[in-house]
Amino acid sequence: MKPFTYERATSVADAAKASADPSVRLLAGGTNLLDLMKLQIETPARIVDIGRLPLKDITETPDGGLRIGALATSTAIASDPVVRARYPLIARALLSGASVQLRNKATAAGNLMQRTRCAYFYDTTKPCNRRIPGSGCSAIGGHSRADGILGTSAACIAVHPSDLAVALTALDAHVETTNGQGTVRTLPVADLHRLPGASPHLETDLAPGQIITAITVPPAPPGEQIFRKVRDRASFAFALISVAASGPRYALGGVAMKPWRASASEAVLAAGGDVDEAVAAELSQARGHGHGEYKIPLAKRLLGAVIRQSRGDAA
Amino acid sequence: MTSFPTGSDIIAENRGGLIGKAVDRVDGWSKVTGQARYSAEIDEAGKPLYGVIATAPIGKGVITSIDATAAEASPGVVLVLTHRNAPAQAPFGAPGEGTNPMMTAKPVLDSPEIRAFATPVALVVADSFENARAGAALIAATYQTTGAAFGFEDHLADAALSPSPTAKVEAGDFEAAFAAAPVQLDETYATPAHNHTQMEPHATLAVWEGENLTVYTSIQGLKGARQSIAWTLQIPKERVRVVSRFIGGGFGGKAHVAADSILAAIAAQRLGRPVKVAMTRAQMFHLSTHRSASRQRIRLGAGKDGVITALSHDGVLHSARYYDFTENVSGLTRALYTVDNMATRHDLVRLDSPMACAVRAPGGAVGTMAIEAAMDELAHRLGIDPVELRIRNEPKVGEGGRAFSSRSLVECLREGASRFGWAQRNPVPGAVRDGRYRIGMGVGSAIWHTLLFPARAAIVLHADGTATVRQAMTDIGTGTYTILAQIAATALGVRTADIHVEIGDSDFPAAPGSGGSFGAATSGSAVLDAAMNLRKAAAELAVGDMGGPLFGGDPAEAVFAEGSILIGNQAVRLTDLVSRLSPGGIVAEGRLEVPKDYWGKTRNAHGANFAEVAVDTLTGEVRLRRMLGVFAAGRILNEKMARSQALGGMIWGVGAALTEENHFDPRYGSFVAQDLAGYHMPAHADIVNLEAVFLPEDGDDNPMGIKGVGELGICGAGAAVANAVFNACGVRVRDYPLTVEKVLQGLG
Repeated sequence: MKPFTYERATSVADAAKASADPSVRLLAGGTNLLDLMKLQIETPARIVDIGRLPLKDITETPDGGLRIGALATSTAIASDPVVRARYPLIARALLSGASVQLRNKATAAGNLMQRTRCAYFYDTTKPCNRRIPGSGCSAIGGHSRADGILGTSAACIAVHPSDLAVALTALDAHVETTNGQGTVRTLPVADLHRLPGASPHLETDLAPGQIITAITVPPAPPGEQIFRKVRDRASFAFALISVAASGPRYALGGVAMKPWRASASEAVLAAGGDVDEAVAAELSQARGHGHGEYKIPLAKRLLGAVIRQSRGDAA
Repeated sequence: MTSFPTGSDIIAENRGGLIGKAVDRVDGWSKVTGQARYSAEIDEAGKPLYGVIATAPIGKGVITSIDATAAEASPGVVLVLTHRNAPAQAPFGAPGEGTNPMMTAKPVLDSPEIRAFATPVALVVADSFENARAGAALIAATYQTTGAAFGFEDHLADAALSPSPTAKVEAGDFEAAFAAAPVQLDETYATPAHNHTQMEPHATLAVWEGENLTVYTSIQGLKGARQSIAWTLQIPKERVRVVSRFIGGGFGGKAHVAADSILAAIAAQRLGRPVKVAMTRAQMFHLSTHRSASRQRIRLGAGKDGVITALSHDGVLHSARYYDFTENVSGLTRALYTVDNMATRHDLVRLDSPMACAVRAPGGAVGTMAIEAAMDELAHRLGIDPVELRIRNEPKVGEGGRAFSSRSLVECLREGASRFGWAQRNPVPGAVRDGRYRIGMGVGSAIWHTLLFPARAAIVLHADGTATVRQAMTDIGTGTYTILAQIAATALGVRTADIHVEIGDSDFPAAPGSGGSFGAATSGSAVLDAAMNLRKAAAELAVGDMGGPLFGGDPAEAVFAEGSILIGNQAVRLTDLVSRLSPGGIVAEGRLEVPKDYWGKTRNAHGANFAEVAVDTLTGEVRLRRMLGVFAAGRILNEKMARSQALGGMIWGVGAALTEENHFDPRYGSFVAQDLAGYHMPAHADIVNLEAVFLPEDGDDNPMGIKGVGELGICGAGAAVANAVFNACGVRVRDYPLTVEKVLQGLG
């Protein structure tokens, strides 16, 4: 870990302004950042602690939706009565990840902003385009079962680890952002993360100095909310494949460097196509990488099953 | 019966009721309150300096340049050691007083050669851990890589017969018997490399006082560590003291002196200050040892009745090029199913890898994952119940015709089957459904060596009626402190609270340490002998005490109970006796020698693991539903400690079956998983409804009639889980662990 300075942000505007400096990192729950700093994957000169900013509230919105403060913890969100009653998908996604100790610290925005868990990203003795642009991708040709199957590139095949993001994507949620000048902008959670392309080190569409202040969730559509996560053990493991459903909307996790809205499936279903066609529409372009090839049939099986369940078809 | 010195009768009599009792850990309170100091927490010599190890980012080659300038200029840094300024050390593996690999030289920074990934290239010492870590990141080195073999699977063709004396063991004529057998099974099983992942990483505090070195470190064997450190540093072993009072898990990974000890000792000497060095979790994956990957071919020739007439179990294992280690996968197979015609052999693939070495139940843990799965396959092929098949193959005598000291495997299988509800098992795979899950049951037999080594111990009975046991033994979390207190308290007729157990110091009477499940028998027997000698000394003092209540009595009739010595209807309190006649305390020593005829018998502990799993046939996910282990391991000293050991082993078996694996990236020579997010041991949620039961059993394997339990539970546990998966869904995965992609492939 490199020496750094530490300060507490006194306002959201100050935090946003400070974050425009590339040597600054914002500290919220710290459950990912501190690990990355110990490994010198993140080497900020200055830490700005935003943990005490008033962004923790979870409130109902006039349109019948929900506004989740950026600093609400996973535990707070998952145990919120409105979330449990109207957005059980969010609670299930959160409770399927991490541990109680981590959920007590981890925040909503931090969850979306966490970095990939690709083993080669974490091993600083290996090339990684995400860590060191232009150094190469060790995951390609490597021994990894966690790689993506959609939206990967020759530069990076990592996946985004967030379960929450998958649930929010199926719910059509948005992130609300601000910058140092107080300009508020919202964008869909589904559009927050960038696919790697040729520059995997550019991970989100947030501009320098633009920070997430809240997540807004519209009223959930009628229909069952489902979250299925396939993982190597019963808890404390990242998704190999996950599927979220909110009524007629579906999203996949563990497949790409972003939560993957199954728009093609939805379109086929909306046009009266059957489930197999819907699944094929989404995953026909999927491409596996060595040890991760199994994810394609697994994603097909799981997406198909969740669609059937959400439509009330017999499994 | 094998004969041992006195003490057996006292344990059998168990007057105080302490033997077998579920006595709580005597060190439990100090551990949960943080008073127990582990090596990295020790501050006995005042504020230390902190050393952080910098490691090579390549798998094989040489250092062509190393620049420590930036590290030396970094805040707080007081010393940077590299191969250019480290002192001369004995070459790696050089034997000191013997060739026992735990006692040989383990030099660090001794040359520019990088023979495995993460070989230490520098130690950066600073006034704080943080400054040392920041400095270590500034070491600038260049390397020339050289040709290397990193991938086990890529180099299977290079396998050659192991130099181990038991690499190849044959009896009868396997080939002929196999060819003649009406039923032949020939299958190959694979297991990946495993890491120990102890809770406590390697850590050392080294303190020099003049020419004398004290090394506080986390190590399983003090005697070996002392010799290894002394020999590496080329100083007399009398000048080295090794202290290891609390150890957060060993599992074989702390059998050898690791880089932290040597580097801390060198730096502390150079600086004239205590130096502390601890490894990071990531470093533990490469700088500690690991379990070899294996390919195991099993051939079973049997009659239609399932009786095996020919057995072969061959292993191909990997081993570091510079350190031979053979994971003896079939040694226990020959003990489990001793048939007339057997052939086993072990071949090694030498890789440019970190050292492969012992991991909990070396050989047995992964060997049983193959043979006990093969037995399940044979049972299915023949339509014979897997429990019944094992019973039909129960040998009458052990290898070489040697009688069993005791063997209750059949009793364990029967009792386990009864308790587990085995009769409810549907032998047809995939026949039992529960919602989206298929449910199955599996069984695997357990077996582990009952070993014994020479040991010594000392006891002092104090004037206040308490006693102190001293022994250069370790407690790696198994409960050694507690069982030694129980043994001494039983012999002396006092409470466990009256026994102070002082272990973990090489200055105390020698014991071989913790490993191979021999600790309780070996160390406990020496303590029992010391206690028996103390009884004799105390009784003789009492009967020679003119005016004392026992004067003139027969010391052979002395009974020790409730803090007193009784002869007939007379008694004297130990406090009275010692304070009046020997106020400085009564001292006795004890020793255990292994009887010459000890290995004239076959000595093992046995058991049966039963598992029930649920398989999600949509996703291929396997989850344990319940598990039962029934074991027979001689007399049980402490029901609670033994149960914990058994459960811990079973949990490792579940992990080995379902989640645990590490792989060398063949391009780099490094393990892919380097943290506990990527190396998947079972989490709490994976371990549900687990129970371990011990059946009563007699034995003459040591004066107490006990058998080791630390490595028994893991054996057969992994296969029980894999066999349950087959029973649940009809998918036989021979490549452990049974992760979703392998199960899915079978489900089609």
